[in-house]
Amino acid sequence: MRFAKSLAAAVLLSTAAFPAMADFPDRPITLYVAWGAGGGTDAVARIIAVGLEKELGQPVNVVNRTGGSGVVGHSAMADAEPDGYTIGLATTEVNLMHWLGLTDLNYTVYTPLALMNVDPAGVQVAANSEFDNVNDLLQAIKDSPPGTFRATGSGQGSSWHVAIAGLLNDADIDPSKVTWVPSDGAASGLQELLSGGTHIVPSSLVEARGLIEAGRVKSLAYMSSERSKLFPDVPTLKEETGSDWQFGAWRGIVAPADLPDDVRDRLIAALDAVYQSEEYQEFMSSQGFGTRYLGGEEFGTFLETTDASFGETMKAIGLAK
Amino acid sequence: MDVLIQALNLVATWNVLLAVIAASIFGLFVGAIPGLTATMATAMLVPLTFFMEPVAAVGAMVACSAMAIFAGDIPGALLRIPGTPSSAAYVEDTYQLTQKGQAELGLGACVLFSAIGGLFGTLVLIFAAPSLAEFAMSFSSQEYFWMALLGLTCAVFMGSGSLERGFLSLLMGLTIGSVGLDNPAGVPRLTFGSTDMLGGIDFIPVMIGIFAISMVLRAAMNGGGEKEAVPKTVGNIFRHWGFMLKTYWRQMLRGNLTGTVIGILPGAGSDVAAYVSYAISRRFSRTPEKYETGHAEGVVEATSSNNASLSSAWVPALVFGIPGDTITAIVVGVLYVKGMNPGPTLFLFNPQTIYAVFLIFILANLIMIPLGWVLIKFAKNILRVSKSVLMPLILIFCIVGAFASNNSVYGVTIMLIFGIVGYLMEENDFPVAPCVLGIVIGPILEENLITTLIKFQGSLIDFINRPIALALFALSCLIWISIVYSWIRPRNEEVSE
Repeated sequence: MRFAKSLAAAVLLSTAAFPAMADFPDRPITLYVAWGAGGGTDAVARIIAVGLEKELGQPVNVVNRTGGSGVVGHSAMADAEPDGYTIGLATTEVNLMHWLGLTDLNYTVYTPLALMNVDPAGVQVAANSEFDNVNDLLQAIKDSPPGTFRATGSGQGSSWHVAIAGLLNDADIDPSKVTWVPSDGAASGLQELLSGGTHIVPSSLVEARGLIEAGRVKSLAYMSSERSKLFPDVPTLKEETGSDWQFGAWRGIVAPADLPDDVRDRLIAALDAVYQSEEYQEFMSSQGFGTRYLGGEEFGTFLETTDASFGETMKAIGLAK
Repeated sequence: MDVLIQALNLVATWNVLLAVIAASIFGLFVGAIPGLTATMATAMLVPLTFFMEPVAAVGAMVACSAMAIFAGDIPGALLRIPGTPSSAAYVEDTYQLTQKGQAELGLGACVLFSAIGGLFGTLVLIFAAPSLAEFAMSFSSQEYFWMALLGLTCAVFMGSGSLERGFLSLLMGLTIGSVGLDNPAGVPRLTFGSTDMLGGIDFIPVMIGIFAISMVLRAAMNGGGEKEAVPKTVGNIFRHWGFMLKTYWRQMLRGNLTGTVIGILPGAGSDVAAYVSYAISRRFSRTPEKYETGHAEGVVEATSSNNASLSSAWVPALVFGIPGDTITAIVVGVLYVKGMNPGPTLFLFNPQTIYAVFLIFILANLIMIPLGWVLIKFAKNILRVSKSVLMPLILIFCIVGAFASNNSVYGVTIMLIFGIVGYLMEENDFPVAPCVLGIVIGPILEENLITTLIKFQGSLIDFINRPIALALFALSCLIWISIVYSWIRPRNEEVSE
């Protein structure tokens, strides 16, 4: 009898413990970023952290785990305890690095929570370039011997490299005709463009914004279905060439796999509110970042389809292993 | 003139002044803590700037980063732990000065010449930003390649001690710098299958290990009970200002100029500026043998240089939105949020805002002197602590700093390994500076070499077929010839004797 009583008490206690789960979070949350303090991803992470703090009532600490072209930080996000107290701002590289053979890690090791931002690539050339539209540029690439044109803006096999390679592939031009010059970011790539060392920088428009506004760089096309809000005069690739190729660098919040459902729903609801908030929208539009939201499963589907499409392109251009 | 008065009105409000002073104090503390850099301090300010007026927001970042770079000198002088990588170049000198009981000389130099360097960079920024930005934009990978090579040449061959050991030390640094995935081809190197190693060997824990842990180890080996020969304290840091200004004004100007040039060129920051200036200073010094033994001359030049580069890094950032270093990379983002879009138009349409920012530059570099004085006054108490208590405390500080650099135990491991490496190197008279510089400049050199080779399909003539590249190449050749000459000559004399 006594045993039964204590058993009942134990059951009661453990069920009483369940509503406590609904009190998530009751301690500070860590938000991992795979890139350095001061970069675009870091800035987005910090504004999301400010919003989440307001929504969840707990401090959200942004922690930069940098290095290895993103592998280190993205591994840390996947290896954490799946309790919702460690989340991460994952980036495009999740869909690229495993194709390059750098790591086994791919999108399946995460619980997708919310896509927060997509920055489509553009086709930028120097303002004094002889090309005024993307069709002329592509024709010139087609007619010239390989290596005449050089492009730069990110590392070997990372986002903007795939963007330009996919564009060429889609236009039936051998992607290796344009030499890819690896750089450690769009800023040093644009510097190369201005100093005359390269011809094309297929980075996002945000990254080239200062130079476009200063009249030193022009953007010929935008690899998205809609025109950019920041530069509505830049035509989409589809308008110019009819190509369906689209490429955008994305950022989204993920948690380790096997996150409990109630914690997941709580985080998604909070992220949804952050995305809708005036602060987030204002920050993103003033910086020139593109906004796009997909919650939970929709984000998961997005990861799956982009991963497959990037893989196809990278195989076609011989980057995938 | 009207613009200047409008700008003054923008700055002289309580909000702005309060933000600048609060950010200054924050920057001083972060800079003085080893492992936390000026870049981190500035990044931590970003969420706060959302709630500030544009001038206050940008002013806070200016003040915070300037203070952090200067404050890094303080733990360097007192404990031999460089607070930020920018202080690593001359940490040996400032620490040895403190050991000799002349801490006020080293710290006084840091305060005064940091402030002057910052002001010099600001003046360049105010009067020449647009035309200098054009110049910076004409630099391509060829020019950067020669610049990096010159930097390395300076460090090794102008250093003290034996050439062979300096060269070995450099090779070690270059090897360490090549670990990881962040190389032009994106191929993992020397990672032994570890995910942490993919990220390479982070410079900050290496620096803490080589400088501070090695010192803790040495104290432990000596039993920790060393008798202090000189009563160590910090005297009046203002006392030697007149003397230093009179004796070292050439070094100061040269440091200011070098720092400004390195700052304007995107890609290299204040740490590189400090190393290059220190090497130049030693090369042209009449007493190069005194360097690294507690000599103020190199400190003056290098600390003039790192703060000048910090201000001038704003030149390409403001004119083209291209950041000159990691700190201005953060600032560019904040400028957009605050509607002060970088570009030539910034100087045309809304000049009062940008002039207000310039005024804050000047203000921040001036309040560096009283704030720095207060901080040194507090920090110097640490010198009264006995070694047997101080060393364990330093060890704790180092562990925290190494962990904070990338938020992982990996950093602490690196720090401990390099503590032992640094200890063994110093015990066997291997200079550590070439190794440290190899880690910093090696990757820059490699990236620009590979980039240039890819761009021109391996053609070597393209390394020198642009005027600036050719000039830099000629300069490198001259230095090499002079080194080889001075290396051969004494041997010939020996033979003839």
